[in-house]
Amino acid sequence: MATTNEYTPSTATGRLANFVDTRVGASTIVKEFGRKIFPDHWSFMFGEVALYTFVLLLLSGTFLTFFFDPSMAHVVYEGSYVPLKGIGMSTAMASTLDISFDVRGGLFMRQVHHWSALLFVASLSVHMLRVFFTGAFRRPRELNWVVGGVLLIMGLAAGFTGYSLPDDLLSGNGLRIIDGVMKALPVVGTYLSMFFFGGEFPGEHVIPRLYSLHIMIVPAVIILLLVIHLFMVVTHKHTQYPGPGRTNDNVVGFPVGPVYAAKAGGFFFIVFGIVAFISGIFQINPVWNYGPYDPSPVSAGTQPDWYIGFVDGALRLMPGVLGDFSFVWNIPFPWGDNSLVLSVLLPALVPAGALFTVMFAWPWIERWVTKDNREHHLLDRPRNAPFRTAMGAAGVVFYCVMWAAASSDLIATHFHVALNDVTYWLRALFFVGPLVAFWLTRRICLSLQRKDREIVLHGREAGIIQMSPEGGFSEKHEEVDVYKRYLLTNFNDNQYIPAQPDAAGHISRKEKRRAKISKFFFEDRVAPVTPSELAAAKAAHGHHEVEGEKQDSIEK
Amino acid sequence: MGDHSHGSPENSGTVAKADDVAQDRFPDPGLPPHRPRLADRDPRAAKRHERQVALLFTISIIGTLFFFVSYFVLGHLGDMTFAELRVQNAALGLGTAFAMLGIGVGIVHWAKTLMPDHELVESRHEIRTEADRQDAVEIVDTIIEESGIKRRPLIRNSLIGAIALAPIPAIFMFRDLERSGKTAGEMVEQLRHTMWDTGVRLTRDPSGTPIKASDVQIGSAFHVIPEGLNEAEDVLNEKAKAVVLLMRMDPQEMNISEGREDWNVDGIVAYSKICTHVGCPIALYEQHTHHLLCPCHQSTFDLANECKVVFGPAGHALPQLPIMVDAEGYLVARSDFHEPVGPAYWERGQ
Repeated sequence: MATTNEYTPSTATGRLANFVDTRVGASTIVKEFGRKIFPDHWSFMFGEVALYTFVLLLLSGTFLTFFFDPSMAHVVYEGSYVPLKGIGMSTAMASTLDISFDVRGGLFMRQVHHWSALLFVASLSVHMLRVFFTGAFRRPRELNWVVGGVLLIMGLAAGFTGYSLPDDLLSGNGLRIIDGVMKALPVVGTYLSMFFFGGEFPGEHVIPRLYSLHIMIVPAVIILLLVIHLFMVVTHKHTQYPGPGRTNDNVVGFPVGPVYAAKAGGFFFIVFGIVAFISGIFQINPVWNYGPYDPSPVSAGTQPDWYIGFVDGALRLMPGVLGDFSFVWNIPFPWGDNSLVLSVLLPALVPAGALFTVMFAWPWIERWVTKDNREHHLLDRPRNAPFRTAMGAAGVVFYCVMWAAASSDLIATHFHVALNDVTYWLRALFFVGPLVAFWLTRRICLSLQRKDREIVLHGREAGIIQMSPEGGFSEKHEEVDVYKRYLLTNFNDNQYIPAQPDAAGHISRKEKRRAKISKFFFEDRVAPVTPSELAAAKAAHGHHEVEGEKQDSIEK
Repeated sequence: MGDHSHGSPENSGTVAKADDVAQDRFPDPGLPPHRPRLADRDPRAAKRHERQVALLFTISIIGTLFFFVSYFVLGHLGDMTFAELRVQNAALGLGTAFAMLGIGVGIVHWAKTLMPDHELVESRHEIRTEADRQDAVEIVDTIIEESGIKRRPLIRNSLIGAIALAPIPAIFMFRDLERSGKTAGEMVEQLRHTMWDTGVRLTRDPSGTPIKASDVQIGSAFHVIPEGLNEAEDVLNEKAKAVVLLMRMDPQEMNISEGREDWNVDGIVAYSKICTHVGCPIALYEQHTHHLLCPCHQSTFDLANECKVVFGPAGHALPQLPIMVDAEGYLVARSDFHEPVGPAYWERGQ
């Protein structure tokens, strides 16, 4: 089938573009994405930071692989760092020192890599908090929430496998802790440790193994999940914050070309610039100070990288013995005693397990309790979902107590308090903290919602003090404009749904439980102002007064 | 309803009851009117922004040049002092930072001040339309039908069996991750033994010089390795189990349990240095309280009570190394440890 008038471009660029277009159909791609609308909000940038720090990790990490040798073979260091000259160490440690001291810019690249890793996990975490607190995980985005959660776990895995590679004293002690935790696992633990280390700890196999995980498997999984994650973002279109003109059926924002591409693309360079600045100025992981790994010495005040801190803190909080009761249980079996090491198992597995289980299951928990299976493309302002915000705050406090516990010794030395007291307080906070956080956050959310009501019903404080003829002072209140009013009144207020009978007329036990939780979550709630309420408020105070023309003060 | 401040915790007046669903809502007023920026109205402001963006890009160029200067002029290969390295690292960082921030801030400034800031509206589409679903179901049915997998259960079931079995070798392939070739029993058993044996001298870590009983004063602590460790085949593996802390206490202050009476030499005692929690070396000895403290997770052991746990996450006491004095007055081990050192594990038992 001959085309009579095939398009022929006139410029060189046009000819190149046309060549590609006629081979891959680029026009359709440009049509789809060229002016695709993305909503704009500063809190949407955390995910971008995660993506960009990951790119930095790939760039700096590739550079490092050209010089790093993950072997654990014993060598005597002969590089240019004088204090360690003649000291025996593994090849991995020696090549790390070579990267730092004998490759120009090598130290800078190491620092970029380490700082990017810390920022990568931090931005992933904050991004997930943003998604949680705004309710962006609701239908249809539940699966993307799960993908994000797995990405966070893979981020931790990447950090952990990379942290140990230099084979320095600090990371070696980290591995020793991993060995101890592995051995605590019942039945399989001892073998798991032997397989992992290739024999007894530390052996000479673990660093190369961690290396292949760190530079191949883990990044490959991250890239795969990242593609799935972004693909789903495109499929769903981005969520947007509520406000005038923004509905569940539209997307309001800037087109990819040119504004969004420019902002997002420019932001990559900003993230790069900030990481480069930090890496140039602030020293991180000076392995030459720690020295090579040796099972005997350890430095006081050791700290893991921040994202492992919560597990390390949990390990510290757990008491090993209470009086004469030991949390290492020796269970008699016909073939002899076996040990169940609860003093390690409980803190290593239970808090992190609970945290991630609730996190992954939350979209379904919320859907079950609220019976809300609608699609949500408009985000919640956190105050307008007090139950969820309170649960999130409880989770954050739970995490942060464990995190703080990882620095219990530093807290004790910096604030001149007894180490034991710090631990006792943190143990108490571990249980009480989340409850207090839940209660307090919910009350704060409800109060903020009431404040929103007040602003709608009585106007905002204008900051203008008026004196009445009688000499009384009052502040003028001004009615908010329709746009602000729409923002303050247009939210989805979840309500208590009592137990519903099923088709056969029975109320199942599960349904009763759901009703109980629903009651707990939604019994206290603040409804949005309705037009009739506003009319009533105006009538009660006199219309002109809401306009702010009369000197009467608003009753507080 | 307007006066909402007179409520009680149970009924605040504003907290709506679950059953009164708010039917009436304020209508959506639509997008707020667009406010023109300075550059939209004033060509001079636009020109100024243009110059600012160009200046930022120029800063980036200077940053890149600065990077080259730092790389070639500040840095040289071989025998750089640590101070020189620090300066070079900072300079490389600043050069890169300016190079990148210049581009990034420039582009964002350009986008915010000179590109259109009109928000556009696009409508969302159904994620899955009903027509598509029906088409897809039909396609899947056709595929299943044409493959015949439902009609021929023999094929299906034997395939399931084959696929279930096929990956199992891949798991067994990993058996030799443990490189020593030991049997399962040997793997577990080796955790019970260290280099210590009857007559093995206690030597200083790391020099390996032997220790005389008379060298050990009350209050002092020695980091100890077994004699011959530095010549051992797997130095680190042996060291990870065999390191010992040697201290001397007033024998009057020690509670010695039955069977351990001859494990010390005039109050000189030796305990495993590997924490029974998760295996960190216990590096801190507090002389006054005679407590040993692990710096990793703060497990605290009481030397006066045979290193029983007094605080922290460790679940059992530090193993004691029985010691004695040989003919030349050097401290030697009476035997190996009587229990496995280090963290507890499933097969450890009592």
